[in-house]
Amino acid sequence: MRSVFGVLKGLVLPLVLLLLLELATRTVLVHSDTIVSPIVAMGTLFKMFRDGAIWRMTGFTLATSGLGLTLAAVLAVPSGIALGLSARAAAASFLTIEVLRPLPSIALAPLALIVFGFGLRMEVSIIAFACFWPILVLSQAAVRQVEPRLLEVGLALRFNAWDRAVKIILPSIVPRLFVALRLSVAIALVVAVTIEVAMNPNGMGYGLVSAQQTLDPASMMAWLIWIAVVGYLLNAMASALQRRIDRTVRVAP
Amino acid sequence: MTLSGLEGPRAAGLVRHGGSVIVLGAVLTLWWFASHFGWVSKVFLPTPEAAVGSLLSGMSSTGGLGEDTWLTVQRMLIGWLIASLLGVGIGAVVGMSRRARVYVQPMLEFIRPLPASAVMPFAISAFGLNPSMVLFVVAFGAVWPVMLATAHGMASVEPQLKEVAAAMELGKPAFIWKIGLPNAAPDILAGMRLSLTVALIVSIVGEMLASQAGLGRAVLLAARSFQSSELFAGVVLIGAIGFASNLCLAAAERRLVRWKTI
Repeated sequence: MRSVFGVLKGLVLPLVLLLLLELATRTVLVHSDTIVSPIVAMGTLFKMFRDGAIWRMTGFTLATSGLGLTLAAVLAVPSGIALGLSARAAAASFLTIEVLRPLPSIALAPLALIVFGFGLRMEVSIIAFACFWPILVLSQAAVRQVEPRLLEVGLALRFNAWDRAVKIILPSIVPRLFVALRLSVAIALVVAVTIEVAMNPNGMGYGLVSAQQTLDPASMMAWLIWIAVVGYLLNAMASALQRRIDRTVRVAP
Repeated sequence: MTLSGLEGPRAAGLVRHGGSVIVLGAVLTLWWFASHFGWVSKVFLPTPEAAVGSLLSGMSSTGGLGEDTWLTVQRMLIGWLIASLLGVGIGAVVGMSRRARVYVQPMLEFIRPLPASAVMPFAISAFGLNPSMVLFVVAFGAVWPVMLATAHGMASVEPQLKEVAAAMELGKPAFIWKIGLPNAAPDILAGMRLSLTVALIVSIVGEMLASQAGLGRAVLLAARSFQSSELFAGVVLIGAIGFASNLCLAAAERRLVRWKTI
């Protein structure tokens, strides 16, 4: 009951703001190129749903984000495990990682553009670069926190490196890998939309920009609402998944 | 005994650093080989010498990369400062009162995942293609990490401190200033560090999209004219800004919240 109240209270402010916006568009901002009434924007959004192009463009953004994230995980998790296991490897690669990591992924977008041209590959490569570092750092930290006695068990059983990685380390870092996944899902979507806004003519970000360039404030606002909703849902799903994994692993003996 | 106790860690540190310098050197050497022996087309990958040459000539010529760097740094810092002031202000108010949190937090959580660059088309349509538009979006994008971190830090003030404040009959402003903000300082600084990263990214995106002078536009133009050495010089400068700003804030964090760990 209280949580229902909480949700209702959370809705008060957005509703008041939307109402103010609605009033503003009917009084002072009647012919604005930027703002339209929220009701009109929602109407446009539903029209876009029926039209169908929005699904294809959303699919493009989600697919590139997913591919980039997968590519990053495939490269970063094994490297993170290796760096977590070997202090020497971690020390040796420290400087290289610290030099490359703060590089904003968007700075590489022009390079990806001349290497791959417009399209899927340039976007996937930049998303993978952006997601690689947090996954690498988090999986490295996760391996460092594996219970040392488990590693000793591995030694006692004379496991080779592969068996140790697959049978002992991987299962015990799973909860932390899902924390990394949750963070990278947010990063992947932000980077994807940013690249689409800035250069790649496809996906949700491009829908937004082309609406602006054709001076169509109703579809611009519809796209913004849609991007916000997709971002919110994706983040909520990733958080729910992470919490669920966390619970499952803790409860398991 | 004392000698080895002193020298041991230092020597180990030297070895560690030496190792990582060697690895970085190996990566650069690989770049040299890849570009000189044509493993990767020169259209994409310039030789290291060419990139350094472009960097040096760009830094020394007027209106070149040096000026672009300065403009980007300026944009990033001003946007970040505006965002930090707003973020700490709003975050303090939201974090202080349970009631405000209940009403405001859900909306903030909804807006937070929205990419800052998605607001750029609106800002272009509202303000036109000019520097203040970019600054607006930089501040908008960078405000969230500080705001949420401040709210979180203010909300987690220890109950005992609140009792102390009540016993001393501190007013709300005095409570925020003397207990709330110092208590939230570690959170605020961590948020500001994240904000600075966001500010750099949004500055570059803004320069690319609105064609404002700066490193973002410089790298985009270099790519469009296939000047890979200038492109690499620009990317190196952007990376250097990111690296230096991160380093400065990490140092500031260590100095300012030293009391927290003691």
